[in-house]
Amino acid sequence: MSWLLSLPIAIPFATAVLAFLLRDRSAGRWVSVGGSALLLLAAALLMRATLAEGVIAGQMGGWPAPFGITLVADLLSAVMVLITAIIALAVAVYALADIDARMEHLGYHALFNVLIAGVTGAFLTGDLFNLYVWFEVMLIASFGLLVLGGRPEQIDGGVKYVALNLVSTILFLTGIGLLYGMTGTLNMADLAQAVDGTDQGLLTVVAMLFMIAFGVKAALFPLFFWLPAAYHTPAFSVSAVFAGLLTKVGVYALIRMFTLVFDHDTGFTHQILLWVAGLTMVTGVLGAAAQSDMRKILSFHIVSQIGYMILGLALLTPLALVGAVFYLVHHIVVKANLFLIAGAAQRLTGSTELSRIGGLYKSAPLLAVLFLIPAFSLAGFPPLSGFWAKFLLVKAALEAEGWVIAGVALAVGLLTIYSMTKIWAAAFWAPHPDGIAPRLSLIAPRERAALLAPVAGLAAVTIVIGLAPEPFVAFAEAAAAQILDPSAYVTAVLGDPK
Amino acid sequence: METLLALTIGALTGAAIYLMLAGNLMRFIFGLVLISNAANLTIFAAGRLTEGAPPLIAEGADTLTGTAANALPQALVLTAIVIGFGLFAFAIVLVFRAWTTLGTLEPDEMRLAEPPEARP
Repeated sequence: MSWLLSLPIAIPFATAVLAFLLRDRSAGRWVSVGGSALLLLAAALLMRATLAEGVIAGQMGGWPAPFGITLVADLLSAVMVLITAIIALAVAVYALADIDARMEHLGYHALFNVLIAGVTGAFLTGDLFNLYVWFEVMLIASFGLLVLGGRPEQIDGGVKYVALNLVSTILFLTGIGLLYGMTGTLNMADLAQAVDGTDQGLLTVVAMLFMIAFGVKAALFPLFFWLPAAYHTPAFSVSAVFAGLLTKVGVYALIRMFTLVFDHDTGFTHQILLWVAGLTMVTGVLGAAAQSDMRKILSFHIVSQIGYMILGLALLTPLALVGAVFYLVHHIVVKANLFLIAGAAQRLTGSTELSRIGGLYKSAPLLAVLFLIPAFSLAGFPPLSGFWAKFLLVKAALEAEGWVIAGVALAVGLLTIYSMTKIWAAAFWAPHPDGIAPRLSLIAPRERAALLAPVAGLAAVTIVIGLAPEPFVAFAEAAAAQILDPSAYVTAVLGDPK
Repeated sequence: METLLALTIGALTGAAIYLMLAGNLMRFIFGLVLISNAANLTIFAAGRLTEGAPPLIAEGADTLTGTAANALPQALVLTAIVIGFGLFAFAIVLVFRAWTTLGTLEPDEMRLAEPPEARP
């Protein structure tokens, strides 16, 4: 089965090499689309296998765990890989229209696929040091993508992004070193057992190092300032894939480590996470309310939405984790889609600055409808996917008697509506300040299809999750059960302890 | 040996934090290099320190006997050094580019991506 585990990593790498060699021909961009489609197929196969057989583990190079490097897929990993593949395909198609020949010559498609390989690698690895390596793969590719093109704003945003992420990387590395010194192992399943016999106080210190390191990656309060400084500067394809996937790798790492390894003192660590979750939600949404640029508003909303997922982790009840898993999946689709729509709006009206655009509802009603779906889903309107995600989390908070945090979650949802209506009113309803009518027919038909097909596809996913949430909630329940009881995970990696 | 390494790590981290908080990108990079070496030394020190005990299996034996150096932290540090080298190479080029396009090395003066509010 190990080929199923390595395919989602190998395909994007192979695609990256091919796309780099063909970067000056139009075949290069189609290689990227084809590679993403293959990745989606591989991810679907992996998902089917995980559903049928439970946790799948494979030892690379034939070295038995915990000595070799393990790749392992439980339901959470499998669904994250699947959603990564969906976003990769959507963005690869969108890039056909969004990325110009100069960016392609500079290696956009190669960097994009390396980024995807880093993300899937981080989701599939069962080894802590290997996770660090995948983070670095992802990081270096994201650095390249962020500054590709070299406009001054990109360099400015890039400096802050690079600086803070490098600091987080070093904290992560230090944490790995200390954890290895305490337990003598780096295999995550082995760690889950080995930490029981160690100094619990010291373990909490190491847990905090990991929390800060992953907190920077996941853009948690008060470590998120690199995100709104950088995410509105690169090409729209780039900011969409960043917005969808990068911070969520941090959230995934937090969920994995703080349920599998650092569950010894939840009264302390998860209490901190709960405070952080609340503050992340509030600061993110207030930051968004103060912005007047579409992409900046959406960037701050990433921060506030991360708070919801961390809330699910912090409560650590079965229902809360169901909510967190559901939220992760829903959010990645919706957020990437909103950035893609911002790109289409910019193409039509010439800007993302709300005071300089308008008239989209009248002249491009299709785009307006496509915007409404993810925007209302983000805010949590029934019957879209965001409603169920928020419903599960608020219900979990009420069951855990966290009245305040439930209230905060609801209030933040209201403020999200405020921001979405602000974009709606300025970009769609109000007439364009220069009096132009930004029609979709102004874009060449092929480019128009490349821009709108991914947007429509992702919106369809949002609607499907929203209208038929039951299978998805059932899936999230199974995933959450695996997360809360890691014995299946441990057995799959280390073999049956007899 | 542990004490010496611990003191070195402490001194490196202290100097690094001072440099990183100095508000100048070049100093920030220097600080980052120092603190990454502190992290590498931490891994090295955490993985058991030995003196003059190479992990060589004696002829005819199947396993190591007695204390031997732990090779894994050394492999980890090596990987981290290589990755760090790549990241710093990128970071230095980025800082150079920031200096040529933005004309400053003070992050506080880089306000293109986030322009300050216009005072009414």
